[in-house]
Amino acid sequence: MSLLELKDVSKIYGTLKALDSVSLTVDNGEWVAIMGPSGSGKSTMMNIIGCMDKPTSGQVLLDGRDIARESAKNLTRIRRDKIGLIFQQFHLVNYLTAVENVMTAQYYHSMPDEKEALEALDRVGLADRARHLPSQLSGGEQQRVCIARALINYPEIVLADEPTGNLDEANENIVLDLFRQLHRDGTTLIVVTHDPEVGEVAQRTVTLEHGVIRRDAKNERFGA
Amino acid sequence: MTKRKLFFRMITASLIRRRSRMLAALLAVAVGATILSGLVTIYYDVPRQMGAQFRGYGANLILLPSGEGADFDLDAMRRAADVIPASELVGAAPFRYETVSIHNQPVVAAGTEFAGVQAASPYWHVSGTWPDASGELLLGQETARLLGLKPGETLSVVFRPEGSDAASRGTELVMTVSGILETGGSEEEYAYLSLEDLASLTGEDGTLSVAEFSVSAAQDRLRNYAETIQTNVQGVSARLVKRVAQSESTVLTKLQALVFLVTAVVLVLTMICVATTMTAVVTERRKEIGLRKALGASDSSIVWEFMGEGLLLGCAGGALGAGLGFAFAQAVSVNVFNSSIAFQPLLLPLTVLVSVVVTGCACLLPVRSATEVDPALVLKGE
Repeated sequence: MSLLELKDVSKIYGTLKALDSVSLTVDNGEWVAIMGPSGSGKSTMMNIIGCMDKPTSGQVLLDGRDIARESAKNLTRIRRDKIGLIFQQFHLVNYLTAVENVMTAQYYHSMPDEKEALEALDRVGLADRARHLPSQLSGGEQQRVCIARALINYPEIVLADEPTGNLDEANENIVLDLFRQLHRDGTTLIVVTHDPEVGEVAQRTVTLEHGVIRRDAKNERFGA
Repeated sequence: MTKRKLFFRMITASLIRRRSRMLAALLAVAVGATILSGLVTIYYDVPRQMGAQFRGYGANLILLPSGEGADFDLDAMRRAADVIPASELVGAAPFRYETVSIHNQPVVAAGTEFAGVQAASPYWHVSGTWPDASGELLLGQETARLLGLKPGETLSVVFRPEGSDAASRGTELVMTVSGILETGGSEEEYAYLSLEDLASLTGEDGTLSVAEFSVSAAQDRLRNYAETIQTNVQGVSARLVKRVAQSESTVLTKLQALVFLVTAVVLVLTMICVATTMTAVVTERRKEIGLRKALGASDSSIVWEFMGEGLLLGCAGGALGAGLGFAFAQAVSVNVFNSSIAFQPLLLPLTVLVSVVVTGCACLLPVRSATEVDPALVLKGE
């Protein structure tokens, strides 16, 4: 059974169709890259899948439940329980340490557990940087904190928006290795990117143009 | 770690690690709390301080014989004094007036207790010394000028009972002028001697003509004391010196109203300052608010986190202000009233509470706007 299903989803801003009758299915444990140029509708799709926006029309089924019809309060709850978010700008709370940033996600989800948060940081190779503030961490380290925070509540989908956009090659490789590990562990990954290299390492690439899916194909190089 | 622990860790981290940002708000609250605590201290201490100042203008309660032949003596005066708490009775002075003759000139002699007079009428200025032994008297400046007498000179005081033979020599007492009295009032026309000397001159203790009380109490309480004396002490009629009591009451009321007004204005200004700072804080933290919402924070969580910061700020500013306010009130009291004030322990929780409430109110609008942040808009890639 598919974990996520978009059926004829459209999002219209005034006269602009950001998404035009898009249909997409993502299976449990799948790693999907959503690609496309600026203005193609990638961010709009990410916001809708991430429960931060609602489509103008169509259905968005997450675990069989149509989130397009949910109230803002319910969307917040669904986002908290089912989705882990990774951002291009990392978006860490600048006055909280790395471990406190990870615990913030636990705080809104259930119960903060410092030991578990430290283990999550250990998994992304930052055990020794847990008590540092974001300003004391490199961009790659900040992104790894962001990944640890996204994973701490065991979300059904990890949604990453240009996760390597602000990273150098070395840190990009570290992040992609972490994604490979997550995929091996069975996590469903949806990565929005316009970097072909990031798109190619995914299991499947969906290409958007002018709000329409132009290409949806399995990657031959996946697993290579 | 519990949610509550992390909540406090987050809001204290926000205040401490962003201290340069929050300093303006903390200072606004602390300044407001300082003025509040200082002025409230003065507000409650002003009646005592001003009362003491007003006591410098003399008696505000006088006792008279209730009628012809009334038994108004020193005992009655002491019973009347017992009605007033010792802490409020600044001074009590009895007076018994008799006409005597000095250098063949008629002079009104007032028998009194000089310790009581000095306490009840501190504005009396004496050149020379106050009488402190039998046989010494105080001459009013006008009388001394008429009689050509100076401190240290002796004189003969003669008392002839009313209706006695003009040829009668009467009773004579040789006394020394210890000092000359200046008051700017009718007291300068009298000669003051002790009640004992006057009794030995007249040959009888006699009833008192008047007793003057200086009481450190507001007009209403003073009126209560007068009524109690009137009811409980026979032969005595107690009256307020309205000129003194009323002006004291008027000045106090106006001063307290002024303090109240200034306090209210300062609190409003504090609220505006904190609201402005919190609005700036919310504006510059829109991304953080968006992030928290993206992580699943409900509107109430966002409200509580910002309110928590505001209330903690109010607590810290209030506690700081309570201490500074006392120092401010102490400085005012020492410089204006020449006396120190005691710290009111209740003022600390009161100042903190008011600061927390004012800060909480000031945070309401900015915090409400924080809940309107759209995470999709503020977190979008650049």
